[in-house]
Amino acid sequence: MDSSILLTIVLLPLIAAAMAGLFGRFIGRAGAHWITCSAVGAAFLLSCLALKQLVVDGVPVFNEALYTWLVSDGIRIEVGFLVDKLTALMMVVVTFVSFCVHVYTIGYMKDDPGYQRFFSYISLFTFSMLMLVMANNFLQLFFGWEAVGVVSYLLIGFWYTRPSAIFANLKAFLVNRIGDFGFILGIAAVVYYTGSLDYGQVFSQAPVLEGRTIEVFEGVPWSAMTLICICLFIGAMGKSAQMPLHVWLPDSMEGPTPISALIHAATMVTAGIFMLARMSPLFEYSETALSMVLIVGATTAFFTGLMGLVNNDIKRVVAYSTLSQLGYMTVACGASAYGIGIFHLMTHAFFKALLFLAAGSVIIAMHHQQDMRKMGGLRKYMPITYWTCLLGALALIGTPGFSGFFSKDALIEAVHASDTAGATYAYYCVLLGVFVTALYTFRMIFMTFHGPERFADEAAAHGHDDHGHGHGGKPHESPWVVWLPLVLLAIPSVLIGWFTIEPVVFGEFFSTAISVTEAHDVVGELAHHWHGPLAFIAHAAQGWALYLAAAGVATAWLMYVKYPHWPAAVQARLGWAHKLLVNKYYFDWFNEKIIAPLTRSVGWTLWKGGDQLLIDGLLVNGSARSVGWIAGIVRHVQSGYLYHYAFAMIIGLSALLAWLLLRS
Amino acid sequence: MGNFGHLSFLVWLPILGGVAVLLLGERRAAMGRWAALAIALVAFVASVPLFCDFDGASAAMQFVERMPWITALNADYALGVDGISMPLIVLTTFLTVLVVIAGWTVTEKRVTQYFAAFLIMEGLMVGVFASLDALLFYVFWEAMLIPMFIIIGVWGGPRRVYATIKFFLYTFLGSVLMLVALIYMFIQTQAILPGGSYSIAAFHALPLGMTEQVLIFLALLLAFAVKVPMWPVHTWLPDAHVEAPTGGSVILAAIMLKMGGYGFLRFSLPIAPDASRELDWLIIGLSLIAVVYISLVALAQQDMKKLIAYSSIAHMGFVTLGAFLAYDIQANTGALAGAAMGLDGAMVQMISHGLISGAMFLCVGVMYDRLHSREISAYGGVVNRMPIFAAFMVLFALANAGLPGTSGFVGEFLVIVASFHANFWYALLAATTLILGAAYTLWMVKRVIFGPVANDGVAALKDLNGREFLVLGVLAVSVLALGVYPAPLLEKMHGTIEQLVHLMTLSKLGGL
Repeated sequence: MDSSILLTIVLLPLIAAAMAGLFGRFIGRAGAHWITCSAVGAAFLLSCLALKQLVVDGVPVFNEALYTWLVSDGIRIEVGFLVDKLTALMMVVVTFVSFCVHVYTIGYMKDDPGYQRFFSYISLFTFSMLMLVMANNFLQLFFGWEAVGVVSYLLIGFWYTRPSAIFANLKAFLVNRIGDFGFILGIAAVVYYTGSLDYGQVFSQAPVLEGRTIEVFEGVPWSAMTLICICLFIGAMGKSAQMPLHVWLPDSMEGPTPISALIHAATMVTAGIFMLARMSPLFEYSETALSMVLIVGATTAFFTGLMGLVNNDIKRVVAYSTLSQLGYMTVACGASAYGIGIFHLMTHAFFKALLFLAAGSVIIAMHHQQDMRKMGGLRKYMPITYWTCLLGALALIGTPGFSGFFSKDALIEAVHASDTAGATYAYYCVLLGVFVTALYTFRMIFMTFHGPERFADEAAAHGHDDHGHGHGGKPHESPWVVWLPLVLLAIPSVLIGWFTIEPVVFGEFFSTAISVTEAHDVVGELAHHWHGPLAFIAHAAQGWALYLAAAGVATAWLMYVKYPHWPAAVQARLGWAHKLLVNKYYFDWFNEKIIAPLTRSVGWTLWKGGDQLLIDGLLVNGSARSVGWIAGIVRHVQSGYLYHYAFAMIIGLSALLAWLLLRS
Repeated sequence: MGNFGHLSFLVWLPILGGVAVLLLGERRAAMGRWAALAIALVAFVASVPLFCDFDGASAAMQFVERMPWITALNADYALGVDGISMPLIVLTTFLTVLVVIAGWTVTEKRVTQYFAAFLIMEGLMVGVFASLDALLFYVFWEAMLIPMFIIIGVWGGPRRVYATIKFFLYTFLGSVLMLVALIYMFIQTQAILPGGSYSIAAFHALPLGMTEQVLIFLALLLAFAVKVPMWPVHTWLPDAHVEAPTGGSVILAAIMLKMGGYGFLRFSLPIAPDASRELDWLIIGLSLIAVVYISLVALAQQDMKKLIAYSSIAHMGFVTLGAFLAYDIQANTGALAGAAMGLDGAMVQMISHGLISGAMFLCVGVMYDRLHSREISAYGGVVNRMPIFAAFMVLFALANAGLPGTSGFVGEFLVIVASFHANFWYALLAATTLILGAAYTLWMVKRVIFGPVANDGVAALKDLNGREFLVLGVLAVSVLALGVYPAPLLEKMHGTIEQLVHLMTLSKLGGL
């Protein structure tokens, strides 16, 4: 593989972002979207080329440094690319979804004054995400990691006059920084134990490191590998929104919908999963860390899904679904089925981006109304959006044959087969999660597209809409730039699982990228029972997942189509549960009412009590009083004199110095 | 290494040029401005070869000049640079140009005097970094206070007199003990060299017992700790910053604070290595307090300049932390791997903080010039009226929060990694800056820059003019360049840092 191709893939979006961002006024709206769309489109085609070269032509893995970032203490830190099949797959997914989102944005943001700025940001995001997945060392990974975080910060706060948006973006950044705090300690530990930041060198030392311990607390030796892995995983928890660091993701929906699809569903939030897979040579040596990954992931998968059941904002429902699905991917990594985690990441990227963009299409038709209680019956007005959204929903709940089915069923099987501590708990979480997933997904479908039309009275009550794009009556299908990406994404959402599960999960696809010890090899175990996709579908009839999903859809149908008064009745019966879910398990309350005020008041106390009272007041008290006294005298002296005097001093000093020099 | 007065030129051109500008008088203010700019530019251009022609592999002093100065005291007029002082000198000449441009129309009273003060200041600061003779160093060190004293006292805010006196007393009292220590060491050198010597290199080689080292260390500590500033002798800084004019704040934060860090590297560590080893817990403890305690205090600030001042103290904590890690690393691992990284980090942090804090103060200055308030609550939604300015401000804020790809990350990263070699908890506490630094900086950005237009004052704001754009643009490019490609800077420091690790870990007690 040629390094110039890879460099082009990375630099095209960066240059496009710079042009749209810095020269947006000169190139205009059309200029901005043409430049960025074609740059990202070209990056997609070149990524496909890279993947093809690796998979079909069998070229060796690319691993080269571009330049030396710095050398310190004999440790050479480089910026370089590692492109194996894992990376190439991520590159294709990222650039494909990004391209769809770029095209979609042309329609979605067409009236927005920040049009060029938006294109600049999403192209910059594509660059950052590519740097992240193509890194061949920890430092560059961290660079991409933080860079996507910053772009996400800028995009959540894109509509910067909205107080809720600028609250959400600060929250997102800070919560991510808590994760990064762990991440950077993990990186520091890696350098300490291996003396390198290069993946290859670090991973090759992993077996040697296994026996080393560190006493974080005196007299309590911990496995060094566990410490490294847990620190790194804290980073992944922030970026991939695992409990309890999940709180930023639902709020990130304050950003425009295209970025919810691109960043907060398909790509950035999956960076943590990618990192776990990339770090598999390390995690495999720490049972403790794997258990933690498994339990955190399982908890996230089940409990965040429940929150999706009670939300009425169409985007937030999809966001809770994303949280839950990220939990699934994490569980896969915890069970050492990294390949399945990445496989689910890929299928999820397509169908979740599809669901978000479909939600955005509905939001356009509803004139930026996001409350599902004010929708309903939209299927006859928006047939393309409806059908593509339905396909995405079927993929999400794991309908046999759809892409989500292959990844999710394989995932559940893998967890079932795992022996890692916590696997039983995780198994029940992901299994019950299937029912929850089907329920909230079809609740959304039914509330939005089926049933009575509830938007008419809303429009009447609202009077007029402030967006000014011809209100005149019924909602209608979105323009082609909006529905075309839906169709483009629907194709892989349906088909990709069928065609790729065999090579990606059970083949040798990730053999160079992911390493699994024999004891953890659940995927290898599943492979013994693999007899092709058709047999896999048939096999689903023997498991619980299929029936749970069907039950979820049926329940949704009963509650939201057949007997619409049921939800209220359930809510009345289970008031406490409803309250718990509506309040998001009180995580936000805890952070906003306890943690944040506490931190602020500690700062305030240290300032007023420590700096001003103790240091300035007490310690400097005597001198402070004399300072005041001197100041009183100085005030009587005309400042001009004082100042001339001082200048005379300097001049005198220079003269003296010069004279002494000349004399000698 | 005979050199044609390169460093002397950099010291004396601004000082003499400043005097010349002063002599132009107020009536020729316009000419004074241009003259000041020309002098600052020439000094900067003249400092570039210092970087380019510097041999980073060598630990030796370069561009050395030496002449007898006060023969009675054996004090020499000796100048030279190594990998520690050279980058700081280039930073000084670079920032002075920007400060002159930034102050172009800001000052209306005593224009030529204003520019003269900054030029003289520049020469004296270069002198501090370039001195190879301790007495010469001390003269520059103290003389430097005068222009800064004047800058705050004359062009400062309403409480300027209080702030100046506090600033002066703190820094002056701090340095008095340093003079005592320097004289003591001079006397000690008489045992070795005929007539004694004030050469800093001679001090490095001076055999000293433990008690002497501890006393010298503590005397120097006070001088340097006040300058850095370290907790608990930091309270002069927020006051000085708040009252100083924008240019004064920039120089104060960007260069003067670095003198403290430079002092530790040049004097404390190599002169008193055993005392440094003995007392490193003190410095490390105070550094970590700076990172955690001061960051929390920064969170509580309502005045933008105070917030950035506290942020400076927190960031300087990384400098002192990185500088003193070697001993604990040796105790923990039995080797020195990571020690040079800590020093590298300390140095990069100094340069980077110079750029970023300078830029942050200039940003506040841009807003202050328009609305005459530094209160966070007086702003809100600035981005609506000043989008270009907002873009710069957000970039510098992110750099201040240590974003990778900006210079702010490099030093913090190296120090955190190095401190892990010494102790897990050091690294953990240092790494809290990722959270706290982002919290106080971006919270300020949220309240000042984002949101709807807060009041009529903000509604009337005009975006950057060409001059402001130029200054912030140059800084933005520098911050990004150093963040993306710091290797050249570290290459230049390599030899000197290796040498310093050697000196600071070499016991002086064996020979006694």
